[in-house]
Order: sequence, then C-alpha cells, then structure tokens
Amino acid sequence: MSLGSSIAGLFGRSPIKPLQKHYDIVQQCVAKLSDFFQAAIDNDWDQGAQLQAEIAKLENLADTLKKQFRLNLPNSLFLPMPRTDLLELISTQDRVANKAKDIAGLMLGRRMTLPPELADLMNAYVARAIDTSAQALKAINELDELLETGFGNPEIRMMEELIEVLDDIERETDRQQVQIRAVLFRLERELPPVDVMFLYKIIDWVGELADRAQKVGGQLHRIVAS
Amino acid sequence: MDIIIANSSTILVLACAFGFLMAWGIGANDVANAMGTSVGSRALTVKRAILIAIFFEAAGAYLAGGSVTETIRSGILENSVLEQSPDLLVFGMMASLLAAGVWLAIASAFGWPVSTTHSIVGAIVGFATVGIGFEVVQWGKMSGIVASWIISPLFSGVVAFLLFRSVQKLILSQPNPFQRAQRIVPVYMFLTGFMVAMMTFTKGLKHLGLNLSTGGSLGASVLAGLMIAGIGALLLRRIEAPAPTGQRSRFAGVEKIFAILMIFTACAMAFAHGSNDVANAVGPLAAIYGVLASGEGIGANTAVPNWILLLGATGIVVGLATLGVKVMRTIGTRITELTPSRGFAAELGAASTVVIASGIGLPISTTHALVGAVLGVGMARGISALNLSVISTIFTSWIVTLPAGAGLSILFFYIITAAFGV
Repeated sequence: MSLGSSIAGLFGRSPIKPLQKHYDIVQQCVAKLSDFFQAAIDNDWDQGAQLQAEIAKLENLADTLKKQFRLNLPNSLFLPMPRTDLLELISTQDRVANKAKDIAGLMLGRRMTLPPELADLMNAYVARAIDTSAQALKAINELDELLETGFGNPEIRMMEELIEVLDDIERETDRQQVQIRAVLFRLERELPPVDVMFLYKIIDWVGELADRAQKVGGQLHRIVAS
Repeated sequence: MDIIIANSSTILVLACAFGFLMAWGIGANDVANAMGTSVGSRALTVKRAILIAIFFEAAGAYLAGGSVTETIRSGILENSVLEQSPDLLVFGMMASLLAAGVWLAIASAFGWPVSTTHSIVGAIVGFATVGIGFEVVQWGKMSGIVASWIISPLFSGVVAFLLFRSVQKLILSQPNPFQRAQRIVPVYMFLTGFMVAMMTFTKGLKHLGLNLSTGGSLGASVLAGLMIAGIGALLLRRIEAPAPTGQRSRFAGVEKIFAILMIFTACAMAFAHGSNDVANAVGPLAAIYGVLASGEGIGANTAVPNWILLLGATGIVVGLATLGVKVMRTIGTRITELTPSRGFAAELGAASTVVIASGIGLPISTTHALVGAVLGVGMARGISALNLSVISTIFTSWIVTLPAGAGLSILFFYIITAAFGV
C-alpha cells in the first residue's frame, strides 16, 4: 500500500531556501574578487588564473541553481508572493555573479596590472562593492522570517532597513568611483592608452556590480511591498 | 426475510468482518491524513500522535459518532425499503461495506486520495438504485450530503484563514511576539476545548443516558474549555522565554508555544475524525443489526448500540496501529513546511468544520476539510508553496470515487444475494 495522501501532495517545496542558496553561491563568487585584485596588484598571474577559475566555477554553479529554480517553480504553485517577482529576483541575483566573472575574465585575459597609486583606492573600492553584495545576501536571508510572520509589519520594516543600508553602501561605492576616476585621470598621460581605456572599463564594471547588488534589494522591496 | 433469519448469525459475523475491514481501512489511511499535520510540524512525534489518535478517535466515535451513524444507517434510503425488502437492505449494506473497504484498499495501493465518506455513500446509493429501485434513495437528503462535501472545504478554509489572520495580527506582527503568544494562545485552547465539549454534551451523551439541557451543555462546555485553557497555560509556563538575540530565536520561541497548542488541536482533530468517519463503517453495520434484531427493519428511534460503535472504534485503532503508523510517518516527513502556527490554524479550522457537520449528522470528508483549511492558511500568505495541481487530482478522485464505490457495491450485491440464494 502506498500513500493515499492528498495532504502531503498539497505542499510544494518552499522557493525561499533555493533563492537563499543561490545568492549564497553568488556571494562566494563575488567575494573572491578581493583576492583576485590583490593578485593583480602583485602581478601574480598564477594566483590570478587560479582565482579566476574559481570565480568562473562558482558563476557556473549559480547558473545551474538558477535554472533548477525556474524548473521548480511551475504555474501550478500557489505562492505567498507573485511568481513573476520571484523569477525576476533570481535573474537579478544571477547578474551579480555574471559581472564578477566578467571583471575577472577581462583582467586575466589582458593581465591588467594597476598603477601603484591606485592600488589602495581600488582595493577599498572593490571591498565596498563586495560589501554591497553581502548586504543583499543579508536581506535575502531575512525572507523566511518575513514569511514566518506572514508579512507582518515589524518584519517588513526590518527588511526595509536592511535595504536602506544596502542603498547607502552602494552610494558609497559611487563616491569611491568618482575619486578613483579623478586619480586615474591625473595619471593617464603616462600610461599606455589602451590599458587606460580598459582600466576605466574595469572601474565601471566594479561600480556596476554594486549597482546590480542594489537592484537585488530593489526587487526584494517589491516583493515585500506586494 | 426467512433467509436472513435462518442465516442471522452468519450474516452478522460477515457484516462485522466487513465493517471491521472498512474501519481498518479508515484507520490505515484517513487517520494519517488527520494527524499528519501535527507530525509534519514537529508538534508531535509519530508515537505520540498514534497514542492521541487511538484515545481520541475512539472517544470521538463512541461519544459523538451517533448522529452521522444514523444518517448513514437510515438517512440515505427511504424507510419503505425496510418494510418491503429488509433482506435486500441487509445484503446491500454488506455489499456496501465490502465495496467501500475494497475500493479504499485499491485507492491506497495506487496512492489516490479518496474519501472514505464518499465511497460508502456512493456504495449505498449504488446498490439501492440498481438492486432495489431508483426511488428508494432519498435524493433530497443526498443533495444536501453532496453539497456539504463542497461546502465543508470552503467553510474550513474560511475558518483557518481567519484563525491564521488573527495569529498574524495579535501575535506575529507584534513587537514582542513571544509574550503575546503566551497570553493569547490559551484563548485558542479555550476555543478548541469548548468546541469539542459542546459537541459531546449536545450530541454525544444521549446514548449514554445523559441528557443535559442546552443551557447545561453550554455551561459545562465553558467549564471544560476553561479547564483545557488552564492546563494549557500551565504547560506554556514551562517554555523558557528565548534570549533576545535577534529575530530568529524570537520566532523559534513562538513556534514552541504553538507546538503546545497543536497538541490540543491534534486531539480535537482526532476526536472530530472519530466522530464523523467511524460512522462510515459503523452505519451500515448498525442498519444490518437493526434488521436482524427487530426482524422488521429500522425503527426510527432505535439508537445505535454501543458495541457497534466500539467495534468501529477498535477497527480504526487496529488499522492505525498496523498500517497507519507507516503512512503517518511518510506524510509527516513530507509536510514539514507546515510550522506549528500554521498547522494549528489548519487543524482547528478542519476540526471545527467536522465537529459541526457531525453535530448536524452530515457525513463529510475529514481529508477535504483539512485540504480546504490548508488552502485557507495559504490564502493568508502563511505557506511558502502550495501545489494547486493536486487539487485537480483530489477533485478527480473525488468524482471517480462515487461511481467506483457504486459499481463495486452493485457487483458485490449480486454476488452476496446469489450466495445466499435470494
């Protein structure tokens, strides 16, 4: 005799845990950029290549989790938040890892080193971008508590606070970006022009990474407010 | 009639065996659904759930199972059947029991969620229309029973929705949910105790020779509710307030409180299930016994004998202990998404629906009431994911159960009448 059980079949698997797991991987991927930039500054490309491989591997894993998530979210599931929002959220999350992979790929491909005057600023800038993403993870990890309270007001406020902090950190990276560009502008005449072009691109991309992490927060806000 | 009198002991033994089989099937399947929610939300271990089920299923069947048994026994068919062909009624009821029992076994083997209530009602209607005549079925009453199958999930859904909304508002959304829970959960306990007591005093104790006036029942029920709430409050005191280290532990403490509450709702659930579903096995048996005992069919006023209710209760308990344990364990591991604060709302919603239906004497499906209640909690944004495709499966199996029960019962009816040489 097997289960004549309608009750057990009624419960689908929660979409929250897979979302959190996914961003956990994304964050691991993003966090590796800190060592990667250090390797670039030290001009240690053995280390750099190894770190880039790890970043690519984590990004692939995140991709796989994203696809699984989409497959496990059929139309027949009844969810406490709109399904489209959740699908949008996982895409938004995934884009953060993609950016990290782009940055590492381009820098390794061109063996880009950083001018010593930029090293400290750049390290701080990357660290803050990683912090932005870490803050996004914090907010995502609050999702199950939000559900636990049945979208209760205190929990919504807590979530909003986390997202506000996220916005603050992202704004900080914007300021850092302006500062780094100014320094690079002073240096650019003495550097090879093509290298400078790509340096600007990398500076842009790090900013974009923080921006994408902030978009995760925005998407979460939509879900919370729905 | 002569055939029946000549073979009365054989018939009674066979009928009891079929009734026991049916009760065993109910215990093996249905109870696991009714109790699985408590196991799934970790409020009860499987062992404790079994113990609660054994005690409260039997209590529900014995104390409050009379009305529904009456309906199954004599509410579906016209009394004229008895005057004209009591023998056909006896064989038909035997066929119905066997058909429903076999259908339950088949459905369980394939894993279809069927309702014991629907299969027995389908079976009785089936043999009556074909074996005796279309006109002997009380179609007016039947439509009421069928309507209640649709209304019961809706009603329990609404109740569960409101219950969970009140939990959200009064406890979960408050700045100090743990303290709030300690204060408010006893009120829910009172509700649970009051409801079950009310049902028992107004409906159940008649055949035990205890007749209370409505006012007396109300007073006794309030007392019972207060007593339950008191016991609950004492149990709640033993839960340590969690150390205030952030959000997570805060809700862990709240869920611990609700887990205590769930022990109470699980008892109510088992009681409700016993009061309604035991009748599915016991009703036809009571009808057969009635014919044999009186020699002239169902007197409208003869109460269901106690030993028949006990036989049904025992059957359920045996089914639960032999096979239900396994089913419950499986169901329990598959619905861990249900936290105690949700499980309580679902269980109390379903239990109140079944208890009210039993009071009116309507055979409804406990499983469907529970499904409705879970959906209600889902509507209140309390469950992370519900599989709506299952609803269509449930609906299909529900539609199929009626003709299947009817078909099998017609088949067995002809076999049994042939065997007795009618």
